[in-house]
Amino acid sequence: MRFLDEYREAEAVQPLVAAIQQRVTRPWTLMEVCGGQTHSIIRFGIDHLLPAKLRLIHGPGCPVCVTPVAFIDKALAIAAQPGVVFCSFGDMLRVPGSAEDLLRVKSRGGDVRIVYSALDAVQLAARLPDREVVFFAVGFETTAPANALAVREARRLGLANFSLLVSHVRVPPALELLLASGRAQVDAFLAAGHVCAIMGTEEYLPLTARHHVPIVVTGFEPVDLLRGILDCVTQLEEGRAEVSNAYERVVAPRGNAVAQTLLAEVFQVVDRCWRGLGLIPRSGFALREEFADLDAELRFDVAEIGGVESPDCRSGEVLQGLLWPTDCPAFGTTCTPEHPLGATMVSTEGACAAHYRYRRPGEA
Amino acid sequence: MPEFNLQCPVPLPLETVQMAHGGGGRVMRNLLESLLLPAFANPALEARHDAALLELGGARLAYTTDSFVVTPRSFPGGDIGELAIYGTVNDLACGGALPRFLSCALILEEGLPLAELATLVASMQRAATRCGVTIVTGDTKVVDRGRGDGLYINTTGLGLVPEGRVLGPRQVRPGDAILVSGDLGRHGVAVLSVREGLAFETPILSDCAPIHHLAEALWTAGISVHCLRDPTRGGLGAVLNEIGLDGGLSLEVREQDIPVAPAVAAACELLGLDPLQVACEGRLVAFVPGTQAEAALAALHQLPEGRGAAIIGRVLDAGTVPVTLRTRLGTERILDLPSGEQLPRIC
Repeated sequence: MRFLDEYREAEAVQPLVAAIQQRVTRPWTLMEVCGGQTHSIIRFGIDHLLPAKLRLIHGPGCPVCVTPVAFIDKALAIAAQPGVVFCSFGDMLRVPGSAEDLLRVKSRGGDVRIVYSALDAVQLAARLPDREVVFFAVGFETTAPANALAVREARRLGLANFSLLVSHVRVPPALELLLASGRAQVDAFLAAGHVCAIMGTEEYLPLTARHHVPIVVTGFEPVDLLRGILDCVTQLEEGRAEVSNAYERVVAPRGNAVAQTLLAEVFQVVDRCWRGLGLIPRSGFALREEFADLDAELRFDVAEIGGVESPDCRSGEVLQGLLWPTDCPAFGTTCTPEHPLGATMVSTEGACAAHYRYRRPGEA
Repeated sequence: MPEFNLQCPVPLPLETVQMAHGGGGRVMRNLLESLLLPAFANPALEARHDAALLELGGARLAYTTDSFVVTPRSFPGGDIGELAIYGTVNDLACGGALPRFLSCALILEEGLPLAELATLVASMQRAATRCGVTIVTGDTKVVDRGRGDGLYINTTGLGLVPEGRVLGPRQVRPGDAILVSGDLGRHGVAVLSVREGLAFETPILSDCAPIHHLAEALWTAGISVHCLRDPTRGGLGAVLNEIGLDGGLSLEVREQDIPVAPAVAAACELLGLDPLQVACEGRLVAFVPGTQAEAALAALHQLPEGRGAAIIGRVLDAGTVPVTLRTRLGTERILDLPSGEQLPRIC
């Protein structure tokens, strides 16, 4: 397949692995920021191709995982209301709230639907004028522009029966928190290529300057990941710390100006609570005041709902790279994809899900 | 007072039926093992094959049933009518049988256009003719509007198992080769593309087709077939795990040898689905002695529907896990039994 196979072939991968082997002389710890990268690494077994001195730890970049339980509970409360059509991306459906998940609300008669884009939910609202269509807008800078487009479209159509439950998050403040707290010992970051495709690379410059840490924009295929890793270890071995781009085929330094304009038009930057990480200043997007009428939190009066995290779920530590998924006592025993204690076990980008689904013989 | 240490958090019990109970994965397997198999316990059922193998009046029979609830009723490359014939014929073929007779039970929802019903019934008969089976009995029920999904079909099939054919999960042996008759995942992606209104540049047609000719080609070539399966719900991943778990064996497959059409791979990549867990409706997975692997492959290649056949792996002695996938990069990982339904991802 064009644009895919050539980034997965063993012939393209082996020279990069050899170069990394040759370059590494000291122990280094790299954090891949995004859960999509985590899944690629584990799925292709890339971590097993790397020198033992090089450690990859998983970062907080799984939008489903960092959505706080309180927000899941708000979603459940809205979805259970009669007359509501609750639209969500598929991997949000199995994420446990305080007491249940969206699939259970669906099995009790709630109208919960999987959509592939927020625009599908807008179309649904236009087709079903006597129903309240609510879209669960989660995700990083990657998904936020498409959701912003849906807001603009809903406004254009004058839809009064469409609203969004918004829990968007931004990457740089989370990295700042990880670095400033000093808890996770991270020598360099593999930044998420799709986030940078929207936002560009410039907002990472202050992080590198402040904390002297290399940040390399990296894609998701084996060749992309290995190029990013090679760039990181080269910088580390040479004592450099720069923002660099190992995903030039997708990421432009200034990102996507159209998407950024759209984001600024619809959303404002706000403080946001992350599951496991707590409140992070300026780490989220919320609807601007002129779109408050489309805010499902206000429309359905769920702003006061708070959630209870499972005391046995240590996903907060997993999301900060402090706990290796398989070192969690609950992993694979009391916490499985059928009975998840937390989102990291069920999201398609969750670190625990990656280790469970792609575990190696001997790790069973 | 003794210290109270709660070691095990109480999981959320599944108190009602969920879609995952029919998804072909671990949740469905749990339902079979905890409720249905104990309730109906008998040796024919416990063989856990696609069709029950029975002896009746000296005849060796394969007996199976399947219900079809697919939405939409027509999809690129097929419709629910032919699917209802092929699905049951294919389960009989996996039982080593020559398919003979089918029943047809229709559950119709009030309001279904009769013209559509006539089209689907004609489609069923065409499929039956193609498979050489006769629909000899049936039933018709109508439910109130809103209490069905237009049309559900159940078919039950009866076939004759020739002397000398002994097959099933427990016949699979270490050293066996694993073959598939063609590329995987077309049916699931074709149905999803219509159901969810996804338009792909290359339309993907369902692989919906009978596989009994493929099975017969193996027998005719003198292959000592140990087990046959059609990878429907849960896809190849579910079939391999079931064989590994039921036979107490470890299976190893090679990613680069497993055929997946580029359009299907691209669609799955886009949606965050694993093509190895997506349903096929016209593919055969065969377990044959390793020494006969090439002969079996040649036999499949001789039929048009087997032209894409490939040897994808082998059966090993019992190891720590049922199925291991050797990736393109030479690393290894477990190919797990899917949990329930695959849910498309966020980004």
